[in-house]
Amino acid sequence: MVAVDVFPEADGMRDPNDRAAKERFRVLAERQLPRLYTIARRLVGDDAEDAVQDALLKAFKAFDRLEHAGAAPAWLTSILVNVCRDRGRAKARAPAEVSFEKVDDFSLYRTIADEDPFPYSDSLHLDFLEQFGAEDVRAVLARLPDLYRIPMLLVYVDGFATKEVARISGAPLGTVLARLHRGRKLFERELWIYAETNGLLVERVR
Amino acid sequence: MISCAEAVRQLWEYLDGELPDERRAAVEEHLSFCRRCCGEAEFAGELRGFLARQAAEEMPHEVHARLLATLGELEAGE
Repeated sequence: MVAVDVFPEADGMRDPNDRAAKERFRVLAERQLPRLYTIARRLVGDDAEDAVQDALLKAFKAFDRLEHAGAAPAWLTSILVNVCRDRGRAKARAPAEVSFEKVDDFSLYRTIADEDPFPYSDSLHLDFLEQFGAEDVRAVLARLPDLYRIPMLLVYVDGFATKEVARISGAPLGTVLARLHRGRKLFERELWIYAETNGLLVERVR
Repeated sequence: MISCAEAVRQLWEYLDGELPDERRAAVEEHLSFCRRCCGEAEFAGELRGFLARQAAEEMPHEVHARLLATLGELEAGE
């Protein structure tokens, strides 16, 4: 990692009139905006813009706690994830109805093969995925409880290593790995249930 | 030798590069002769790419502009 050298003055905003530090914050945060927006959209939907705004304000005030520029993506993400969690709690949404029964042994691959929804297809599994538009996948993700959705997003959409996810979410690595495992299985099973209940398994006339 | 069930349970971790050497070798050995699990591994790879593509979302221009404005105000503020 070259990050440490890129950002020698770790004391960020200790002096509130430090213009250079303010500029550094803006430059760092600007680069992260698209990523932060995607995470917020998947976690709080229509409140995404407000959540990112909140996170930027919080991060600005706490800028002196950022150790070096290389840590900025994980640092900003952890602030955003906390903002989103608080918003989720404040909204007191009904708990998701997902069931955990037998989920750990679910295999989407085998289910598609066994149920054979498109008998005339020669690429059954890819055809299954092609039935889903972005909106469908987002609806499926929205069904996962935050506990599983957050690590899934951070690893598979944002590309964070699991060690970084452990730091971001303040959980031990083993816990993150277990949540990821269950999250993947839940995602697979919810894809199948969604396809069944939303008419995605009806073979289209070509 | 590990079973199909054991191999399948570890496929995503395998693809993520998260398995310790010994377990990675066991999965690779299983995949070297089990066609069904190879299909499953290939599909798990597809599914990861699919999730990443479909979950990412382009930020609308006006939202981007407002967030940039916030950053500008923070920079200019006292």
